[in-house]
Amino acid sequence: MRDFMTRFLARPQTLIGLCVFIAIVAVALAAPLLFPKGPFTIVGMPLLAPGSAGLAAGSDVLGRSMVVGLAYGARVSLLVGISSTCCAVGIGVLLGAVAGYYGGVVDDLLMRLTEFFQIIPAFVLLMVLVAFLQPSLFSTVIGIALITWPQVARVVRGEFLALRNREFVQAARLLGESDLHIIFREILPNALPPIVVVGSMMVGSAILTESALAFLGLGDPGLMSWGSMIGASRSAMWVAWWTTVLPGLAIMVTVLALNFIGDGLNEALSPRRRQ
Amino acid sequence: MSALVSIEGLSVALPPGADRRFAVEDVSLQVGADQIVCIVGESGSGKSVAAHALMGLLPRGLAAVSGRILFQGRDLLAQSAQDWRQTRGADIAMIFQDPMAALNPVMPIGRQITEQIRAHRSIGEGAALAEAGVLLAQMGLAPQLLRAFAHQLSGGQRQRVMIAMALSLSPRLLIADEPTTALDVTTQAQILALVKKVQAERQMSVLFITHDFGVVSDIADHVAVMREGRIVESGPAAVVLDSPRDAYTRALIAAVPRLSGSPAPLAPQKPLLAVAGLSKSYRSGGFFGRRATPALDRVSLTLQRGETLGVVGESGSGKSTLARCIIRLVDSDAGEVLFDGADLARMGPRGLRAQRRRIQMVFQDPFSSLNPRHTVGEIVTAGPRAHGEPGDAALAQAAEMLRLVGLDAAALSRYPHEFSGGQRQRIGLARALMLRPDVLIADEPVSALDVTVQAQVLDLLDQVRRKMNLAMLFITHDMRVAARICHRVMVMRHGRVVEEGPTATLFAAPKSDYTGQLLAAIPGRTWLEA
Repeated sequence: MRDFMTRFLARPQTLIGLCVFIAIVAVALAAPLLFPKGPFTIVGMPLLAPGSAGLAAGSDVLGRSMVVGLAYGARVSLLVGISSTCCAVGIGVLLGAVAGYYGGVVDDLLMRLTEFFQIIPAFVLLMVLVAFLQPSLFSTVIGIALITWPQVARVVRGEFLALRNREFVQAARLLGESDLHIIFREILPNALPPIVVVGSMMVGSAILTESALAFLGLGDPGLMSWGSMIGASRSAMWVAWWTTVLPGLAIMVTVLALNFIGDGLNEALSPRRRQ
Repeated sequence: MSALVSIEGLSVALPPGADRRFAVEDVSLQVGADQIVCIVGESGSGKSVAAHALMGLLPRGLAAVSGRILFQGRDLLAQSAQDWRQTRGADIAMIFQDPMAALNPVMPIGRQITEQIRAHRSIGEGAALAEAGVLLAQMGLAPQLLRAFAHQLSGGQRQRVMIAMALSLSPRLLIADEPTTALDVTTQAQILALVKKVQAERQMSVLFITHDFGVVSDIADHVAVMREGRIVESGPAAVVLDSPRDAYTRALIAAVPRLSGSPAPLAPQKPLLAVAGLSKSYRSGGFFGRRATPALDRVSLTLQRGETLGVVGESGSGKSTLARCIIRLVDSDAGEVLFDGADLARMGPRGLRAQRRRIQMVFQDPFSSLNPRHTVGEIVTAGPRAHGEPGDAALAQAAEMLRLVGLDAAALSRYPHEFSGGQRQRIGLARALMLRPDVLIADEPVSALDVTVQAQVLDLLDQVRRKMNLAMLFITHDMRVAARICHRVMVMRHGRVVEEGPTATLFAAPKSDYTGQLLAAIPGRTWLEA
């Protein structure tokens, strides 16, 4: 474990990514304490430039504080990114593990299902789903999980295919271990490194997807998200750059930090580095 | 005789934090012209590093820190990278253990040979190709193979191609790094004969790295024995093999299993395990319909308590499939496996689970047979826990079992990667024995181990068999190993049983030609029998 931490933290990008990510999490957690009035309260004239009237990041088209919006937006982005990834990883691990371990007909059926989701234009499916379920935090999370689980399933299946013929798995079968035990206790721990890497990258892409949905007006109307901030301000883009650029930067920095962390995990966990 | 290569006081440093300071320490060795010199040693002895230093191919992090390597009088360690490129291939060539990894999979064999010739000499592709054809013919390969790709060749053919490539520039020295270790015994004998033949024809020198004293006795003129980076003994092959002076050399030679002194067959009793007509074929779905490759063809055998039956065969003979069909890791197509009167081959999952604990297995690969994420305690107690025994009771038993296989109970809380190959095989054996099986199937349990460790593990298996009155099915490709512990031996080829009988009888007077070939191909046969 200590070995892993030294390898993980060896790259400066990883360290930067980790610090930025922790800072964003802290802001997201502290938002209701710092700004108890919420992001929708009007605090002054619309489109005030950053720095004026005590507003560090200015105000938006309706005169709401950009700082407060960004802080609350972090909550939505992280919540959506992390929970949709958890759902997708859950589904993907389960189906990928079953397909890879049992092989044969089970594998064929599950892989056809996976391909079914992969060949449909993902974003269109997502929009239809969210519109059908009514735009809300819940529908966004479910929708994103539904379009992203196939990549996890593919990775997990590949790992299971390679690991199921290892001698320690055969030994476990001979000792009379149940399939459930073999899948979750024997094979899965050995398949974790790539799953962790894929998962960390998926959080970033889920945040991007959520922003795109919110930009199109398909986000939860009761929540302020970075995407919806950009969407609401796009008419003012040319007169008040900060209304769109700042949330855009927030998205970029967050995703970049997550990708740095993902790269670091990949370097630290992949076997070719372990010599 | 003047020396072609003279290594003088060579030391190669290991990176800080390694288990010793030098990979190779103060090694001096001469390779005379027209001579085969063998470096023998166990894994980690530094024999490969010494050979790679001679080729200027030390892995990253290793560097020669002192000494000289004189090749025809000039110091190779002092020469520039430019000169090294000339030396490699033209003066010194090398062949490796794994020819598949050394050949380019997407380039035809012919192109790979001509590429090397034309990198050193300015001749046309046609002329080079003609030379390559001649070389292949000298290696006993058909010239059509020039157009073949690596995956279309057998292991022996690939190694022949590697030798052809190595000889394409008529080097003065050929370095062979365990070139026959991955090959079947009959193929190994052919490759050894080939190396010897080209050496004599071309009057070149060969530096042959091996761990096998049988191979040494077959080809070496001169031997150097390495241990922990140092040469402990060197001299003419006949002297070192017959009257070794160093204690370590003596131990290594003593560990080579002899062909004589096999255990006598037991008085026949009612068999515990009786296999009859077991067949299995693998189907591969091709574009134009399915093809079935038979892996087992009506195999029958019996095994009684306290007996060790050896199943001997080359790769692809079906011996591993046999083991896996008996314990139902693979389902057979036809035939029966009668174990204590019940047919395992057609048993439902519930009955199978109860019976399976009575048949356990020890695997070949000490690295993949233990789950790297579990502690030794978890691994060894897995069987009893799966059958509902409480954890603490199982752990107490596990400590005792580890002592039985020669490990300390402190091993329980450690992870597999902290153990050596031989220790891991002991852990694997302890895991199998925890369920108190009646039958133990050992699938090449010692083929990945060094010869001294091999001897220890074989002794342990024999001891355990006696103590627990086990019936043991011992699968191996190595006739010498089979001779050491098996009461009876069964020879397999292409999924069929070729011949079966008491070990001593079968070795002394084989009934089938194939068994005779296998026996004749054993490296160092004449030396072992002397």
